[in-house]
Amino acid sequence: MSIKQISVFLENTPGALCAMTGVLANNDIDMRALSMAETKDFGIARIIVDNVYKATTVLKDAGYVHSVTSVLGVAIPDEPGGLNRVLEILSDAGINVEYMYAFLGGKTAEHAYMIFRVESASAASAALTARGIKTVDRDEIENL
Amino acid sequence: MERYYQPEIETASREQIRAWQDERLVKQVRHVWDNVPYYRRKMEAKGLTPDDIRSVDDLHKLPFTTKDDLRKGYPYGLLAKPLADCVRIQSTSGTTGKRVVAFYTQHDIDLWEDCCARAITAVGGTREDVCQVSYGYGLFTGGPGLNGGSHKVGCLTVPTSSGNTERQIMFIQDLNATILCCTPSYASYLAESMKEMGLTPDQIPLKAGIFGAEAWSEEMRHDIETSLGIKAYDIYGLTELSGPGVSFECSAQSGMHVNEDHFIPEIIDPETGEVLPAGSKGELVFTSITKEAFPLLRYRTRDICMLNYEPCSCGRTHVKMCKPMGRSDDMLIIRGVNVFPSQIETVLLNHGYSANYQIVVDRVKSTDTLDVQVEMTPEMFTDKLGEIHHRQKELVEGLRSMLGLTAKVTLVAPKSIVRSEGKAVRVIDKRKI
Repeated sequence: MSIKQISVFLENTPGALCAMTGVLANNDIDMRALSMAETKDFGIARIIVDNVYKATTVLKDAGYVHSVTSVLGVAIPDEPGGLNRVLEILSDAGINVEYMYAFLGGKTAEHAYMIFRVESASAASAALTARGIKTVDRDEIENL
Repeated sequence: MERYYQPEIETASREQIRAWQDERLVKQVRHVWDNVPYYRRKMEAKGLTPDDIRSVDDLHKLPFTTKDDLRKGYPYGLLAKPLADCVRIQSTSGTTGKRVVAFYTQHDIDLWEDCCARAITAVGGTREDVCQVSYGYGLFTGGPGLNGGSHKVGCLTVPTSSGNTERQIMFIQDLNATILCCTPSYASYLAESMKEMGLTPDQIPLKAGIFGAEAWSEEMRHDIETSLGIKAYDIYGLTELSGPGVSFECSAQSGMHVNEDHFIPEIIDPETGEVLPAGSKGELVFTSITKEAFPLLRYRTRDICMLNYEPCSCGRTHVKMCKPMGRSDDMLIIRGVNVFPSQIETVLLNHGYSANYQIVVDRVKSTDTLDVQVEMTPEMFTDKLGEIHHRQKELVEGLRSMLGLTAKVTLVAPKSIVRSEGKAVRVIDKRKI
């Protein structure tokens, strides 16, 4: 089970991120998570949204270069060792995490959600499921 | 023994050449006045009528034509013949803005192929030769032009077009190709490949090469000649004027004879537009006096060049032009190195980036800096920072090997590079020197 992340190329200049979030806001797109990777000149905004198709369409129309990647969403109990358990499983399965970020989830705050970028989201998802950790699917993200 | 394709023309007296030019220029000006409103308006704006042009002495009165005029006129704006009389188009390889499309009547093609036949004969080509044309065929003029010239000379023509190096070498070897026509960089590449295959120059049947369509140095000529065991000759041309064969090298290998019965060359000051005296260095300008479908009056090539009117040892009487020494429009000197935006563009395209770029040159603590800003494209974008960095580094490396300079590469947002009239502003030079 994987979810879609949209990555957007942004210049590292004042207002660049705001312009992009403006496009999303004007089109009633709700962001579930956001993470920035930045260099001196440019950055990549990685976002999880409620409506991927609409978001990519409006971003493209607004002239943004973007890509859509399958990533893994995992609900992690907000308690000591919660993340560690997940990482152990991935580590045992020999799965490398390219990058990851967290967000606190939705209407109930019992879970923190982590987004993992791995080579194969489906392989990682299978490894976690086999060890009893459920990954988040599209519907769940949309309804958070 | 020097051979000529059209000896009576190629070795004509200077007086004869001048007489042809006078007569054809007058006729050509009348032709464009009658048939191309664009030229007519430009002439009227200078208060000229065809009666004001009575000989080559009046040439300087005519307005210039620039690539921009051709772009604005796309596609039919400068056409001087009914389309029904045209049999072909060719087009420039331009990556920016609109392409330039040139039209040809059958007569135009015939004269163009004559020019190429002169070039092939000048390197020793006869009907006994096998001429392999490894220039691209298609919209690009290289393949079709030399192909036609080779037919006219009566060579066995091998139209391999560009690419597929293995097959190129196979035909050279199996069909005993004696003349090779391609870009100098491709000739170098072929030479290298043949060397890797263990072929020595004496095992390669080639004896001469006609290499053009890009700038190359005397060192490169020497390398190609040694590694292939051939004589390497330069050829010059522009799609706008016809294609290869506007001028070509002879056995003297010291400049290219301009086919002056078809093209009148001038050297001008690129700043003022003034015609410079014989022997001066300046911008090369051509007027095509025999073209029917797409005649050009005083076309600014932007190539910086010199004309040499001294008699040539080959016996040809047509003026020689040197290899273009640069461009009057966009050449930059950065840390003493000549840099053309087109070189940077080539590297960008080779690395998968778009041709939407801008070069920012500055001077920091008395050292020039070169910043190449290139627009991100969906193809080059990924969500992984490391991968983008890696590609950026490869690009810096590619620029270093092309320019001999370390450039900074900045990735910018799509469409962020300022465009004026649809054409990106390529160079921003902030240096105060």
